[in-house]
Amino acid sequence: MIEQAKKLKEEYPFLLDIVGIDYLENPSANESRYALVYIFRSKDFKERKEIRVNVDDPKEGVESISSVYKSANWAEREVYDQFGINFKNHPNLKRVLNHEQFVGHPLRRDYEITKGQYCTETQDLMDELKPILDSKNLDIEKDDLMVLNMGPSHPATHGTIRTIVALDNERIKAAVTEIGYLHRGFEKSCENHNYNQIIPYTDRLNYCSAIMNNIAFSKTVEEMLGIDIPERGIFIRVILGELSRIIDHIVCLAALLVDMGAQTNYWYMFNAREKAYDFLSKLTGARLTNSYTRVGGHTHDFYEGWEADLEFVLKEIEGGLHTTLAMVERNRIFQERVEDISPMSAEDAISFGYTGPNLRACGVPYDLRFDKPYYFYDQFDFDMVVGTKGDNSDRMMVRFYEMIESMKIIRQAVKNIPGGAISVPDKNIMMPSKENVYGSIEGVMNQFKLVMEGVKVPAQEYYGQYEAANGELGFYIVSDGTGTPYRVKVRPPSFYHMAAYPDMITEMQLGDSVLSLGTINIIAGELDR
Amino acid sequence: MDLSNNNLQAGAVDLTKNDILEGAVVTTKVDAVINWGRQSSLWPFVFGTACCAIEFMAAAASKYDVSRFGAEVVRFSPRHADLMLVAGTISYKQAPILKQIYDQMPEPKWVIAMGACASSGGFYDNYCTLQGIDEIIPVDYYIAGCPPRPEAVFDTIIGIQEQMWREPTMEVRNTDFKGKLDD
Repeated sequence: MIEQAKKLKEEYPFLLDIVGIDYLENPSANESRYALVYIFRSKDFKERKEIRVNVDDPKEGVESISSVYKSANWAEREVYDQFGINFKNHPNLKRVLNHEQFVGHPLRRDYEITKGQYCTETQDLMDELKPILDSKNLDIEKDDLMVLNMGPSHPATHGTIRTIVALDNERIKAAVTEIGYLHRGFEKSCENHNYNQIIPYTDRLNYCSAIMNNIAFSKTVEEMLGIDIPERGIFIRVILGELSRIIDHIVCLAALLVDMGAQTNYWYMFNAREKAYDFLSKLTGARLTNSYTRVGGHTHDFYEGWEADLEFVLKEIEGGLHTTLAMVERNRIFQERVEDISPMSAEDAISFGYTGPNLRACGVPYDLRFDKPYYFYDQFDFDMVVGTKGDNSDRMMVRFYEMIESMKIIRQAVKNIPGGAISVPDKNIMMPSKENVYGSIEGVMNQFKLVMEGVKVPAQEYYGQYEAANGELGFYIVSDGTGTPYRVKVRPPSFYHMAAYPDMITEMQLGDSVLSLGTINIIAGELDR
Repeated sequence: MDLSNNNLQAGAVDLTKNDILEGAVVTTKVDAVINWGRQSSLWPFVFGTACCAIEFMAAAASKYDVSRFGAEVVRFSPRHADLMLVAGTISYKQAPILKQIYDQMPEPKWVIAMGACASSGGFYDNYCTLQGIDEIIPVDYYIAGCPPRPEAVFDTIIGIQEQMWREPTMEVRNTDFKGKLDD
């Protein structure tokens, strides 16, 4: 298997995700109870390849490919944690999302969803730190290293990430990271809800840009259904998607600048963000968790006079953005803090499964909006922002300038948005109008069926992808033909960014590691799900 | 230097003389004075884990501005804080850490469960989510919402401030509470 993987890597250097599936209740769909689906992407980012590996005996398992693809390391750990499938020769096969005292494997179909298990103590992680130190011929006692625990409750770790570092003065000699503190069972919950009920859960994956997750999920299910939403619906998604991208970048950059001590910029950027939230809450009723899309379209259309409101929001954002840029871009204090810190080579970034702004900062021109255009992105006039070194400075600047590009897209979309329907006119997918429900028996029945059974999606397995604010957000959905998905796997960009973090901060200063964590924009909701 | 005659305008009180309250006696209760002080200087520790923490960021930023309610000195050391704001989902993995941090806070301390997840687990009724932080630590106030708007956070902070007036200052609160992780 290692040989095969090495050969595959020449053509497909990008391992996007490993999906574990348990066919216990759907045995006709697969020969053996467990299967793994490896999702790869090609060198030019145009092709995707899915390789299925059947697992007859989970204890025996399969060969680990983490020595070939760096992103496989955590992906395999996750499959082991959730399904109990063994990976032979994995360097560190232990739980990643659930706590160490957890018994059983929650994503197996025979694990009851509500069976919670209390955790009483936290692991010390020395079992991971020691081998790294040994491999560098370092010893805590002899080399006078200080082991320092950061997090999970630490302001710079966003409350949910724990890092243990071995320090030689201020320099980090070795680091390990523990995640899973915000693991809240998204994937298991999906197996108990119908497709439209999952949309509020997707809000809370990356809660800084909730609508993008709504869109990504709806888009995937729509592709499985084989439907195209009307053009106006698509334009609405483009406008709100790009606005969410801007908000996401604002949160990342503003918080990052606070970490750096530049508090003023936080006010400038957050004021603009508040204006965007006013717009979104007027439109959707919620500030953060909007749940605006549905499978097949949207809950409702824009309100009257939205163009003026949106233009006002964009003007405010431009103001905040340019004031901030004026203060930091050519500021020597800023530059010296971020330049050449935690650089990442393009090759490593791809091997770790980087996507989105973090990958583009490394000089890799990969953006699904260009490489696999959807929603008329090939017809909008905007540029891809690409960095060179992949250091903290590049990661920040890529985000700053992506916001400007996103505003370009929004303005073009607002100018060209057509009229007409926003959702597919299919009564098996979209809810009937309230008039219809209260006025006719067919309407009542229609509503009842959709609420009780959900949108029925033909049996298939499908991977849908979307360029979210943090990178490629993918949903691998296994449908058995009912209104409830059999299995949903998220391909969260943050998970793969986080896996690279210990490598990124090694040999860097402790103080800079805080910024490095900020620049890769880890959103715990999608990291741990 | 004698300041008493410098720049004093007619009618102004001369603060350099110590006889303003001369002969007057102010009587009050110790509780009232202490509570008045506590109420106006809540120091929150934000145990932020998820979406609610992002809304707390908005509450702290300039539009909503939590400092209007005397609770803007956000401390990230539990030793400095007297108000714990649990903003976000607490998983079983996170629970011992939450408890440890709560235990590290000095008395008196108050706890707000912000949002549906911290209050009850929210719609995460599953194998990894703690079904409300009150299984682990005592909670004074719950805020509904997913996430709650910043106004709701302020409403609760004001609620805690009002509650303080009614509480004796010398007693340790919540001594009879027993959580799932207490032995």
